This record gives sequence, structure tokens and C-alpha cells, in this order.
Amino acid sequence: MTESAILSLVSQRGPNTSTAPVAPLLDADRKPLTKKEISADHPTWCPGCGDFAVLALYFKLIERRKMLHEKITTVAGIGCSSRFPYFVQAHGAHFIHGRALPFASGVSLSRPDLHVCVFGGDGDAFSIGGNHFTHTARKNIKLTYVVMDNSVYGLTKNQTSPTSPIGFKSKTDIWGSKDRPINPIKQAIAAGATFVARTSATNPNHVLAMMEAAMDHDGFSFIQCLSECVEFYPGAFDAAIPRKGGVFNEVSKEHDVTDEYAAYKLADTAWPGLFGVYYKTQRPTKNANEQAIINDLQGKAAGLEPWQILKKNFERMK
Amino acid sequence: MSTAASPQSSPRISKISEAVIRIAGNSQDGIQAIGGFLARLAGRSEQEVMTFMTIPSTISGGPSIFQVRIGSGEVLSAGDQADMLLAFYDHSYKAHLGSLKPGGIVIYDSDHLKAEDIPAENLGKYRHVGVAISSLTVEAIGGTGRDKGKNVFALGLLAKMFDLNVPKLTRLLTERFTGKDPKVAETALNAFNAGYNYQLATAPELFQFTPGENVGQSQVVMSGNEALAYGLIAAGVRFGAGYPITPWSDIMELLRRELPKYGGMFQQCEDEIASISMAIGASWGGRVAVTGSSGPGISLKTEALGWAVMAEMPLIVVDVQRGGPSTGMPTNIEQSDLNIACFGGHGDSPRVVIGPSSVEDCFYSAIEAVDIARKYSTPVVLLTDQGIATRIEAFKEPDLQRVVQDITPDLSPVADHKPYDLSAPDGITRHLAPGTRVASGKYPVVTGLEHDELGHPTGSPKLHVQMVAKRRNKLRKLAAELPKPTVFGPAEGQILLVSWGSSKGPVQEAVKLARAAGHAISSVHIKYVHPMPHGLEEIFAGFRHVFVVELNDEGFAGIGQMGGLLRSHIPDAKIRGITKTDGLTWKVKEIMDRALEMAR
Repeated sequence: MTESAILSLVSQRGPNTSTAPVAPLLDADRKPLTKKEISADHPTWCPGCGDFAVLALYFKLIERRKMLHEKITTVAGIGCSSRFPYFVQAHGAHFIHGRALPFASGVSLSRPDLHVCVFGGDGDAFSIGGNHFTHTARKNIKLTYVVMDNSVYGLTKNQTSPTSPIGFKSKTDIWGSKDRPINPIKQAIAAGATFVARTSATNPNHVLAMMEAAMDHDGFSFIQCLSECVEFYPGAFDAAIPRKGGVFNEVSKEHDVTDEYAAYKLADTAWPGLFGVYYKTQRPTKNANEQAIINDLQGKAAGLEPWQILKKNFERMK
Repeated sequence: MSTAASPQSSPRISKISEAVIRIAGNSQDGIQAIGGFLARLAGRSEQEVMTFMTIPSTISGGPSIFQVRIGSGEVLSAGDQADMLLAFYDHSYKAHLGSLKPGGIVIYDSDHLKAEDIPAENLGKYRHVGVAISSLTVEAIGGTGRDKGKNVFALGLLAKMFDLNVPKLTRLLTERFTGKDPKVAETALNAFNAGYNYQLATAPELFQFTPGENVGQSQVVMSGNEALAYGLIAAGVRFGAGYPITPWSDIMELLRRELPKYGGMFQQCEDEIASISMAIGASWGGRVAVTGSSGPGISLKTEALGWAVMAEMPLIVVDVQRGGPSTGMPTNIEQSDLNIACFGGHGDSPRVVIGPSSVEDCFYSAIEAVDIARKYSTPVVLLTDQGIATRIEAFKEPDLQRVVQDITPDLSPVADHKPYDLSAPDGITRHLAPGTRVASGKYPVVTGLEHDELGHPTGSPKLHVQMVAKRRNKLRKLAAELPKPTVFGPAEGQILLVSWGSSKGPVQEAVKLARAAGHAISSVHIKYVHPMPHGLEEIFAGFRHVFVVELNDEGFAGIGQMGGLLRSHIPDAKIRGITKTDGLTWKVKEIMDRALEMAR
């Protein structure tokens, strides 16, 4: 009676896709991607911004891991650092403010063949996106989240951020901020993140080591990466830069990364705090839990075409 | 026991072609269950059926009704007036007696309503049958079942009253109640038999349905929410995300339960925004995903919806409308989300809106929405409402082997690709799912910023002009491809009623009723709300008056939301509105009376 008028199988390929034949490329024949091949737009960041280093190290990670070009999946929300996907020559998504994690979760859950890397800032992660940070962590959705924390809103030109320290003067706190800042490491541990690390853009080897460890983690891996905003909060992290007289103290090798309480306590270390992996544990990922449900229910419907599965339901509705 | 007519030794049996039965009680009495059994029985007996229910929005308790209209011919609405009222309580009797036709039969629970308390004027107007439903149920199934079994006892009474097919009903009951404990089904059958065997010798009249028209046609019986969810599955949707809100939640729960069987999943998210964001992420992953909500949940989703428009991402958004604004009337019907569905969000953000008109239409509209979302790379809003979502109808079983489709993403490598190709002759955007190799090494980005053909941001005034036009023009192209609306009734006359969404049935019934009374009236139904198909202007030209019938407020301009939309396409003052905001479905007579009054 009301059957679809437009009902037809629609191809997702059309005139905006080149129909030229593509030579097969065996994985074994592939060379690691060069920086040139994976750089896209020139970054829009201010000269001296810490985010350049994070981008360069992401390229290094891709190169070192011999990642297949088409499998690189980069997602971001809104903010200076969230411009990230435009600078990577790969599949990327620049989503709305604060919602990069649920977007990336949709990709991760529906495409288990991809490892999604999400980049963003402290406002995106802990202010507008605070709710999503908590729930993505507790559900242990498999993806890597690098928060480039500059402790200020840069794109909107100098307002207080959720990680701005008490006393920080911005356009919205001209007398100095009075609000207790968020401690991202404690936040992540309390939310149930299964990999929690802290690094600084000024220490490239350390950033790369944390990114590699995060990539290897089967679950929600979170890295807080201090990344200075030279325009609106210069010198914010000098205390962690040895050449500026600061100290870059790493988490002790004796620290038990599976000890949640020890990790939480470690996160209270006086400024500039410690760098390294605070917490790492294995818990089933949301991805694995969903796959188990699928395996179970598909096992019961083994050998049936989708229309036959639906037909079984309809039989019960007669 | 009292009856208006004097008791006869054996009641006469009347042949009927349709009946409207209203069951009134409290929400925990299992009223929906009796209604559901009647609807499914009608479906199995190849009869047309339509139901209507109200559920209180309180957590437990509160008055509730279920109305079922069973007919041997076409049933377009749940019926203005009931032929029979089954009232469980004093309050149900008082509140719903007015819905009964004069001379109609009311069966009441004489344990709750005493015969002597019935006003004499009621006895003269309606035929009363008192049955001690509560105590007879206890007698039949034991002391514990007082509230539980009386719905099934009442079903037995109705089965006797309407000479329903007992073997079929018994099978339905057995199927429904066969679970872990075999005693449950046995108890249910005892209650049913007690009701069925109750001596209705004093009933004024018994009924028998003439055989249905659709003989031989296999029918399925389900609610609009169920039909929509199964339609999405049939269309190939394998990922969804949502947040609990009435009356959308049923769709979410069904998809959560069913999708894993097909290798898919549904995620309950932390909030409405996360759920649309997750669905968009999955859509980008290569396979159209669904999110949905009702009322305030839709407001929360609009920013992300705007992103899907800008990035031109296929997406299905289900909006099961309820009374608004804000928390509004969560369990009442309203069609007041048309504006937000079409225009919600900042900026120029064209998207597709489709309004299913019946339970069956929910199934097919879902498939169509998915096809449109994919073909035009656009979000599509499926705009249903509380009435269509919760009512149960029987419809011809779809040819599943034919309609069920697979939309697995194509990840085969391509030489080169521009998602937002301005020179593409069809003007339509297509995305490559991540994981697709692009041999040229130039990969696309999807974004909410205005962008160039590869998705990279641009501040170019020229590109913004071109891209805005591109997003609009592809949907103009869709409008030109949509099936033209057809007139129900003659193509010329005095009055043309315009319906959209669930008002189609009552409007067509009003047309039938008014035509039978000699009026030159027709109707047209608009299924594709936004963009609209071509051809409406020509149809409107054949009538003196055009009245848009919709369940929302007339606003400052004195016309409802669809009326306003139509006026923006066809600026003609003869387009006027018939609107209401009482949170109830249309009564056929209400539409007819108001149309005739306005045309006077």
C-alpha cells in the first residue's frame, strides 16, 4: 500500500570519485609514510605554539608504526589544537565543540578495524565536553585521546579554562581566577580510564613514548600533554622545562601503574607534577563487550539472511 | 446487574462490520495487554484494526485507556465514539461514559461501581451491564490475582460479547504467557474461560463480525514505534545511539535488543548530544546510523544536526513528537515539532523531513529515509508522533526478501576523490569511509567549517556562496524526484483539507463523512514535509478553500506550522489552518464540523 517510491539500492560512489583503475598495493610493498606524505594544510597555530611538536610527533608515530595511510583516523572537536585533522593528510573529522569523543566512539564501535586518535584542548575536554570525557572513560571505548592542555582558551582569545590555575588573569577573570582547576589525571582515574599518562610538548621523546604506549593499550587511553600557548599564557609550563630552570620529573619506575589509589595520590604531586604513565589496567573494552553480544546473538541466528531474521520476528507479530 | 432494556432470555445476535471498544481503568491493570490481544486477533482474522491509547506520565498508577477499532473494511482512525465501554472503576465509568455512542453498551465492574449509584438519566441513554469482574476473577484464579487477572477475565467477556475466535485468542494467550512458569499461562486461560463462560444472558445484545475484506492476506500487528524500528533494520541500519525519553524509548530498546542479531549495535549514551554525535561518527564510519528522541531531546540535538547538514553526512533522526514546549505533555500527541524538524538550528541548514502517516507507513518511511539519506548525503528527520508511535495496527506483511537491504560500506580503493566536488554533474556529495585508500594520496576531511571541495576550511566568500547553494540544490533535486501528492476525492471542489503525519486517516474519514452529507470536499496528504514535492499549487487551484489540519497552535499568524510552511511556498490567503492543542488525536467529526464552519 505505501511501499517506498524511491526504494532502490544506492551506490555511494558517484561522479565525485575518480573511476580510474587503482593498482593493487600489497601491504608488504608499502613503504613507511614520509612526513611529506602525511602533512596536509600548514598549521594555523601561532609561531612557538606547543601544538606543533604534538603534530610532528603524531607524524613520527605514524611513520614509526608503519600505519597504512587509509587507516589513519584523526578526530577533533573545536579549539586551537582541534584544528589538528586538517594538518594530517589522512581521513579526518573536525566535529563540534566538546563532542569529539562521542563522535570518535561512533567510529571506534562501528569500525573495529580502525584505531581512532582524538586530539583536543582542555576546554573541549573538561569544560563543554566534560560529560563525555567521564562516560567514554568509564565505558572504556577503544581510542586514544590526547588533550593538548594550555590552561587557557586560545581560539577565543584569552578566557579562563577549566585547568587555569587559581590567580590566572584572563579577560573573564581580570582579578585572577578563583575557581579550583580540574586535575585531568585525577579526573581520568576517577572516571575509570584504563590508561592515564601525562607528558609535555617540550619533551618530544617523552611525548612519542606516551603516544606509543597509548596506541598499544587496548581500551580508552588518555594523555594529558602540556602545550604552551605563547600568545595568551606564555611561560605557563616553564617549571617543567629544564632549559628554563624547571624540572621534568618522571613517574618513578617503582610506581605500580595498576594501583589506582597510588596513581591518584601521585597526581597530587606539587607543580609541575610528574610525567609518565600514572595508571594502566586491563578491563574489557566496550568494543569487546558489544562484540560478545553480537557473537552470541548472531550465533543463535547462524545461517540466516537478515530478511530471514526479521521474518522470524514478524512471525511472532501475527 | 442492570440493563436499560428489559432482560431477554437469550440476547439477539447482530451482524456488525466494525466496532469501537474502549477499555478504561488504571495503567497497572493490563489494559494495553487486552487491547493488544484484540488488535492481534483482528490482524490474524484479516480484519483492519486501529488502536488508540493514553498512558499517564506518572510512574505508577493513574487512569489509562485503550481504544480499539476493528473493522471488516478500511479503518482510518481509532473512532470518534465507542460502541462499547469496559469500565474497571467508578472513575473510569464517569470519565469515559461520554465517549460512548447513545445506546452503546457499558460493561462495568460492579465490585467498584454499585448499580444504585448509576444516575437514572444514564440508564436511559446507555445500556448497562454490571459484572463483578474483580471478585469473579479472584474466584477463578485464586486470591493473589486480584488485580492481575481481571484484564484477561474482561477479554473473555468481550470474546463472548463479540463472538471472537476463541481458539485463536487461546493461542495468543498461550504464546504471550508461556514463559518459565507454565502455571502463568494456565492461570491466564482460567481467567479467560471464566470471563467467556460468564452468563451474559442478561446482556442486551451480542455481536458477530461479518468476514473481513482482506481474506487470505497475511498481516502483522505492531505499534508505530515497532514498525519504524524494524523498518530501519530492513533498510540496513546497523548502528544507533540514543538517550531515554518518552515516547521515543521503545525504538531505542527494540534496536538495542535486535541489532546485535544483524551484527550491529545500539548505544545508550550519557546524553542527547552524545547520542547524535555517536550516530554521526558511525555514519562517517560508512553506514547510515540512527539517533532519535522526543520533545526537549530534539532541541539538544540541533547543533550536531547542523554539523551533519554542513558536512553533508547521511543520518537518520527520529523525532517522536509529544506535547511541548519544554517538558510539556510527555504522553500526549502534538505535531508541534515541524518547525524544529525543518529549520531547527542556526544558519541555513536544509535537511529532509518525512512524516509517516500510519503504522505501516512508519515501516516503509524508515526505508525510504535511509535511501534518501544515502543518495543525497543528508540528514533525514523521521517525524512521527506519540499517537502513531503507541497505537497498534495490522498491516500486510511486507515482502521482506525484497525490501530488506544491505548497505555495507564500499572500502575498495579509489584513484582520487573530492567529497564536495562542485563540478559533479549531479551536485551530490559522497563520502569515502575511513579505511578507503585514495591512490592520489589526497584524503578528504569532514567538517563543520565552511570548506573547499576536499573538506578543508575556507573563508572564501565565493566558496561559501557555492557550497550553501550546493546543499540547497541537491534537496531541490530531491523535491523534483519525489512522488507528486494525489487528491483523495475529486480534484475540484469547495474545500481541500491538507493533512500531514498521523492526521491523514481522520482527515480522509472526515472527507468521506462530509461527502456522504453532500459537501464538495477532498483532501491531500503531505508525506514529504521538507522539501515538498511539486504539484501542490496545481492541486490547490482546484479548490476554493484550503484548510491545513494539524495538531499545533495557530501562532501569531493564525495558521499552524505546516500551514506556515505551505504559505511560504504558495503565498495564497485561501490557505488557512484547522489546529488544536488539547493533546488528543483528531476526532473525525471535529475536523468535518470545523471545515464546514470555516467554509460557510
